[in-house]
Amino acid sequence: MIEIIDVHKSFGRLEILRGINMEVEKNKVHSILGASGSGKSTLLQCINGLESIQQGRISVDGIDVGDKATNLNALRTKIGIVFQQFNVFPHLTTLENITLALKVVMKKTTKEAKEIAVLQLERIGLGDKVDVYPSKLSGGQQQRLAIARALAMSPSYMLFDEITSALDPMLVGEVLDALRGLKENGMTMMIVTHEIRFAKEVSDTVSFLHKGKVIESGPPGDIIDNPREVETIKFLERSLN
Amino acid sequence: MDYTFHWYPAFKLLPKMLVGSITTIEIAFLSMLFGIIIGASLALAKNSDSKILSSFAGAWIEVSRNTPALYQIYMAYFGLGTFGIYVGSFGALLIGITFNNAGYLAETFRGGLRAIPATQMKTARSLGMNYFQAFIYVIFPQLLKTVFHSVTNQTVWAILMTSLGVIVGMNTDLMGVTNELNALSFRTFEYFSLAAVLYYLITKLFLGLAYLLNVKLFRY
Amino acid sequence: MNFVSEFSTNDFLYMLKGLGISISLTLWAVVCGTILGIIFGFIRSGVGALLNFFMGSILDVFRSVPLLIQLILFNALGSILKLGFSPFQVSCIVLSVYTAAYVSEAVRSGILSVPPALLRSARSLGLTYFQTLREIVFPLALRVSFPTWVGITLGVFKDTSLVLWIGIIELLKSSQIIITRTQEPILILSIAGLLYFIVSFGFTRVAKRVEKKWEQYEL
Repeated sequence: MIEIIDVHKSFGRLEILRGINMEVEKNKVHSILGASGSGKSTLLQCINGLESIQQGRISVDGIDVGDKATNLNALRTKIGIVFQQFNVFPHLTTLENITLALKVVMKKTTKEAKEIAVLQLERIGLGDKVDVYPSKLSGGQQQRLAIARALAMSPSYMLFDEITSALDPMLVGEVLDALRGLKENGMTMMIVTHEIRFAKEVSDTVSFLHKGKVIESGPPGDIIDNPREVETIKFLERSLN
Repeated sequence: MDYTFHWYPAFKLLPKMLVGSITTIEIAFLSMLFGIIIGASLALAKNSDSKILSSFAGAWIEVSRNTPALYQIYMAYFGLGTFGIYVGSFGALLIGITFNNAGYLAETFRGGLRAIPATQMKTARSLGMNYFQAFIYVIFPQLLKTVFHSVTNQTVWAILMTSLGVIVGMNTDLMGVTNELNALSFRTFEYFSLAAVLYYLITKLFLGLAYLLNVKLFRY
Repeated sequence: MNFVSEFSTNDFLYMLKGLGISISLTLWAVVCGTILGIIFGFIRSGVGALLNFFMGSILDVFRSVPLLIQLILFNALGSILKLGFSPFQVSCIVLSVYTAAYVSEAVRSGILSVPPALLRSARSLGLTYFQTLREIVFPLALRVSFPTWVGITLGVFKDTSLVLWIGIIELLKSSQIIITRTQEPILILSIAGLLYFIVSFGFTRVAKRVEKKWEQYEL
């Protein structure tokens, strides 16, 4: 379980997160909606320690992320994160993108790493692009590569930071399909997204973030179909039109 | 004019000049090897949060770029002697050119680092890599591609700069050999023309190799 | 270590004289070399690929052979042909050609960096070929190649140190002469270094200010 307790985060004088409380249980999908600047991306990056928090506590399976004694590198192998900008390594082939961390971080042998990587690529539908360089892949394929790369580490949790926002509308579908597949296999996920319909379809819980605070949280049926807060209503109206 | 060009004697000295060329290439290669290592360190030092490291690197970079290479060689040759370190002409030449290379390459590396998106480091760290692993496997290879052209240019510069060694007494590199031979017979124009051709060929050969390397390494 | 030095005011003036020669050489080389380089650059960007390659290859020779050898060769040629050039004149000529080779490359890149779309617009408005060249291409190319030109100029200033080999007493040679007498290399070389640094750094600062001024016209 991921526990986020009263988390505050500032960039210099600007306070982005103003007391976030959230819980993500195992095998559940938790979507986070909100306008730009509401702190969604920052929140995700605090969970795996890329960003530090000024107040509060984030714990993953009981481990305090902010504790100086915590081995962040080891923790990060348990948390997979996929970003909006794909961030595939351009100088490595599709296969090498995945085997790199397997060999360097998890100390797998070349043979083991290749087996895992090929399996992940086939599952995500890129089995025929094994030795291709990312420059030859479409945006949707690169994003799926990023997902496969994170999955190859066998994480307990997957965080998705607006992973379809930078894609051509035509390519969004294949990426969302990949996420549906993950949910079916019981992966615990936190999804920051603008795809409201998708969020409603796959989520167990939806939280709406506004100016650094969780304004509303609950089952998708409640939040998306029957929002109570003014800001949530305004946001959904704008987004669904 | 009543001067006859005597090219034949010049050609007879070709073997000696070729041996000298080897020394030239040696010095250029070593100065680039050390220059890259030191230059990369300086780039990291300049970008670091430590004021001491940053200032030190900054001073090195500014001095190497605002004073002549020959001056830097003089400093090594005449200046180090005051501290009891007598380096000789080979040493002074190597130290001078390396010092120069390091400064210029540091700026090149800094520019290259700026060109790599910060998100590459973020992603590598998210996969569990520590800073070193991320730098070696993700950042550095991309840096190499960006700075390749500048590093190649700097190497050509280094090859040509080795000719300055003769001013502090070098007589084993191409320039030094030619100069010594010249002192014996004063066929200045012929001898140095031949040397010029050799330098030109060495430079072009190197650029050809660099081009092949570029194609092989960076086909993505 | 005692700090009483043999170094006198006269020595310092001697070094300044050397600096003056270095600067004077630089000015000659940069003025002549830039004018020549601009001409070559314009020609190279206007003619066909073959002629450009030919010209480029010749100019490239001056960048692929050590400057020291160029000075020696031209000096030797001068006496062979009994041209009667002084070492100073030889240096000016060699440095000018050297500068021109680099400047022509920079100018050519600058010209080619002007978007063809801009030229088409200018011609569509009725400007002639030469008017377009003068009003559109020249100012834009100048702005783009300016930083490179600054680098070339600084390079020439530093390269003037090489002319000591053909007998001119510029800054570095004057320093060497004083060192031979006083045996205080670090002190004197530090002063020389400071002089080089001040001129070089000062020039860079002025250049940066010019660049800043132009930046306000950026889109």
